[in-house]
Amino acid sequence: MPPKRKNDVAVKVEDVGMEVDAEIDSGSEDEARRRAKNRRAKPQRKAKQPSEDEEDEDEDETPRRKGRRKKTKARAKDDDEDDDDEDNRSVKSKTSKASRKKAPKDNEEDSEGEGDKKKRGKTVSKKEKEQQNKEKKGNVKGKAGQSKGGEKDKKKKNGSSSSSSGSDDESLSEGEMEALKEQVEEKKKLVATLRNKPWRMKRRLDVLKEAQDFVEKFEGALGKGKGRRLYAFKVMMAKKFIKFKRDFENFKTACIPWERKIKDVESHFGSSVASYFIFLRWMYGLNMVLFGLMFGLVILPEVLMGLPYGTIARKTVPRAEQDTAMDYSVLFDFEGYCKYSILFYGFYNNEKQIGLLKFRLPLSYLLVGVGIFGYSLMVVIRTMARNANEGGDGADEGDFTFSWKMFTSWDYLIGNPETADNKYASITTSFKESIVDEQENQKDENIHLRRFLRVLANFLILCCLGGSGYLIYFVVKRSQDFADMDNADLSWFEKNEVEFVMSLLGLVCPPLFETIAELEDYHPRIALKWQLARIFALFLGNLYTFLFALFDEVNEKLEREKIIKNETELALAHYYANYSSFYNTTDVPPPNVHPADAIRGPCWETGVGIEFVKLIVSDVQVSYLTILIGDFLRAVIVRFLNYCWCWDLEAGFPSYGEFDISGNVLGLIFNQGMIWMGAFYAPGLVGVNLLRLLSSMYYQCWAVMSCNVPHERVFKASRSNNFYMGLLLLVLFLSLLPVVYTIMTLSPSFDCGPFSGQEKMYDVVMQAIDQDLPAFIGNIFTYATNPGLIIPGVLLMVLALYYLNAVSEGYQQANTDLKKKMQAARDEEKNRRNNKDSTNQVMKDLEDLLPNKSLIPRPIEEEPPLDEIKVEKVSKPTKTKPGSSGNGVNLQKEVSLAAPNPRGPVTHGPGPRGGPPLNTRGPQPGPARGRGRGGHPRR
Amino acid sequence: MGNKQTIFTAEQLDAYQVGSLCFVINTSSLFILIQKLFYRYRDLAPQLVPLDYTNHPDVKLPYELIGSMPELKDNPFRQRIAEVFSEDGEGNMTLDDFLDMFSVLSEMAPRDLKAYYAFKIYDFNSDDFICKSDLEKTLNKLTRNELTDDEVRMVCEKVIDEADLDNDGRLSLEDFQHMIVRAPEFLSRRKPNNITYILIWF
Repeated sequence: MPPKRKNDVAVKVEDVGMEVDAEIDSGSEDEARRRAKNRRAKPQRKAKQPSEDEEDEDEDETPRRKGRRKKTKARAKDDDEDDDDEDNRSVKSKTSKASRKKAPKDNEEDSEGEGDKKKRGKTVSKKEKEQQNKEKKGNVKGKAGQSKGGEKDKKKKNGSSSSSSGSDDESLSEGEMEALKEQVEEKKKLVATLRNKPWRMKRRLDVLKEAQDFVEKFEGALGKGKGRRLYAFKVMMAKKFIKFKRDFENFKTACIPWERKIKDVESHFGSSVASYFIFLRWMYGLNMVLFGLMFGLVILPEVLMGLPYGTIARKTVPRAEQDTAMDYSVLFDFEGYCKYSILFYGFYNNEKQIGLLKFRLPLSYLLVGVGIFGYSLMVVIRTMARNANEGGDGADEGDFTFSWKMFTSWDYLIGNPETADNKYASITTSFKESIVDEQENQKDENIHLRRFLRVLANFLILCCLGGSGYLIYFVVKRSQDFADMDNADLSWFEKNEVEFVMSLLGLVCPPLFETIAELEDYHPRIALKWQLARIFALFLGNLYTFLFALFDEVNEKLEREKIIKNETELALAHYYANYSSFYNTTDVPPPNVHPADAIRGPCWETGVGIEFVKLIVSDVQVSYLTILIGDFLRAVIVRFLNYCWCWDLEAGFPSYGEFDISGNVLGLIFNQGMIWMGAFYAPGLVGVNLLRLLSSMYYQCWAVMSCNVPHERVFKASRSNNFYMGLLLLVLFLSLLPVVYTIMTLSPSFDCGPFSGQEKMYDVVMQAIDQDLPAFIGNIFTYATNPGLIIPGVLLMVLALYYLNAVSEGYQQANTDLKKKMQAARDEEKNRRNNKDSTNQVMKDLEDLLPNKSLIPRPIEEEPPLDEIKVEKVSKPTKTKPGSSGNGVNLQKEVSLAAPNPRGPVTHGPGPRGGPPLNTRGPQPGPARGRGRGGHPRR
Repeated sequence: MGNKQTIFTAEQLDAYQVGSLCFVINTSSLFILIQKLFYRYRDLAPQLVPLDYTNHPDVKLPYELIGSMPELKDNPFRQRIAEVFSEDGEGNMTLDDFLDMFSVLSEMAPRDLKAYYAFKIYDFNSDDFICKSDLEKTLNKLTRNELTDDEVRMVCEKVIDEADLDNDGRLSLEDFQHMIVRAPEFLSRRKPNNITYILIWF
């Protein structure tokens, strides 16, 4: 036996050829399956070379073993059929049998190497089995699978070393040797799995010591081969990688602006309040981009390359206004120097190309104005689509909402008291949120009364909306009358009546709606949506009255402008005629008029821009003052006057304010609508808005944290902010209309702004296409705008829309069906357990086996494991506890989890459970396997 | 490497490696790690812990010291953690227990193991089942008694209702594992810091 061992790999390779055509018996199918499995396992292995060797060996070895088995029919058949049933006993007996068999064979055949090889083949195949077995347990996954390679490599070495040691004491019989080898294997396995055992360190160490001593005694020192080092390296790299990923995640989180602030708010006020701040942050991001576009492509070029202030009429304050142009009250109304500044449309020159770069400012101005809408539209829709993917309306899917909250919400990394406080608050809040949801689910009540109340509430609210609409209409009409009168005769109230009424409505109506909405008794999340929709309707009325008033003003200005334009032209014509007749020359120099004295039109675009800026500024003032008075002052009074007051202010009437989510969200949305509309006429507006958002982020965060109390019923926000986004999209669309209307139909002022002198604003584009682009592009545009092309295009899009809609509906349907099925499966499983668990254990086990049986029929082997195989025995009971048979994946997970916890509650004896067949069964569905990280790295 | 030899024998190190700190395979980093942990342990009570561990001295640190570690001091379950990992069940720890704790709570520990220990931690009365009183205790520790009795009762009932598969009114280890492997944090490793029982102390 001994001498040839060292180079038996070589021998083996030769054997391949010789032995491949050994007998192929009835079990070949099983064999194929097993091999396939091996192959699957292969990529996981670390030490490629050695394991491949073994693989080859195994493959040509197995038929031979089969052949041998054929001779010992009955037994072998069993083994073959439950191909992976790693009942150690059977393996053992098999091996000893094999060795017994081999002894004579050895004598017969003169090639000792081959004999040895057979034996080794045996052990190897056993290892294969072991591996399959382990995989079944699910423990082995990635790491263990990897370790296996190294292990094998080692084993091989050990194999050779042990065999050489075997040669030393030939006194041992072959059978004994095999038995010993088995034991050594066992011990090694024990060592490998030790890490996953939830034992005390001491016990672990003891067991380890024992096992190692044993192994060492009979096998010599454990080798440290190449594969092992490679494995170590890979593990180290894996760990480094995980750490890096974590650091990177942390870094990413740290890079998100205000994340901590928002988390703070969220932990104390719930996700619904936090959703407002998240929305605000998102809005800030959007406005940053808009500002970048506006600033980079319009404002900066004009500042750097355009004419400076005071050079031409549109860039100069008129003589009449110059005295008061720097007064604070004038500036505050955005008149005076403000009006003739870079902030507004009128300041921009209509020179076609400016500066060294020949920058086409008018074209750029128009494209940026339109591009802002395009970009916003794109971003909003993309965000909505992405949110829709994440889906959910806030209610947790999943069956374990409370359990997860209970057991997985604490963050064990928390290491400072402040964070811990926040965490406590946030856990409490999230529990409260879930409790509200749950209570809502359990509520059942008089449905007729509820319906009646809801209808009534809607009726009342419609009345309110109608009333406020009429009020606005009335006031706007009145203000138009006032506009005809002399400005000096009007009182301050009459001048600002419209704004005043609108602000008043904005203050009074939302709380009124909220009060009425209490009749409806919706879930707070749904109530919030209703509230949002109603206030939205109210604000929409305000917005459109404002717009109509604006259009009246614009039309009137256009009229005036026409007159002034005619007058100017007439005056110029007079001047030219006089000049040429006086000096008798046709070469007339332009009239030398100081820009401040030039005749100028009303420049309606700047007027509109000023209106918007004023609106935004007053909005900021109002909202900040509301916070200051309504929240801060109230909180101060409640807090400090409480010491000397006749009733409890904190608990009683005024109490502290709650954060008004709906009002703030809508304020933000409408503010953005104003920005979109106004940005075209006042490029500086985006910058103003940026400041506003920035300041309100800090201001409101502070106000919330210091002056407000959480809502009485803290509720979970819907996970996607899509309702907010939907409203925003609506507002975007609404604000797109007037701007596009003015661009397409109204003619720009003749003496101010980048489009002065054009018939229509979009003419700059036409000019650019005609003059500066090659002719064929112009042709393409002509074709593209042909109705014959556009109509089919629209038709096609409509069809695509229809198709996609149908598809998505189909998916949705499938989704809900699947959800229902899952729920049903879960209920069924639960019921089954309830009914069966205590009654008939045997029946239950049989049932557990059924689905597997239908896959691969094979006999069930139920022999209690031998005493010496401790590991196997200990881990069995938990492994085989009630597997959920109806559901392959579940079964997998459970089994994989339970395996390494031998100390789990052992409620059933190991024997009669029929353990081995259940979880050591053949190819079970794989998906759940990839997960278990715990391996059995072996030495 | 000289001074580590004075703390542990090579065999001890080897044993630790196989026995517990399995997740570090590389020998040299193991030295560093064990050394680091040993000094952490020793720093808690320099006067109690000898520098030489070669002859297995019998030293235990009281819970007061263990619980004051920065990793534990803000944890609502610190007492339970110490109790679970200590051999005497009172929170007094030997070095072995200490290493045990860190290895189980390390990032690289297999999650099955973590789930098992999480179960132990939440099982306040150590009867191998998480029953209602355990749940109430857990909840009160998590929320600092902010919830009303009604709410607490409701949440506990919900938890039992959700996770109890065999309807015995309490959660066995199996129920617990069945529930916990489905936790989103458990499945996707995207947010490691939210996993209850994956503590990353290394």
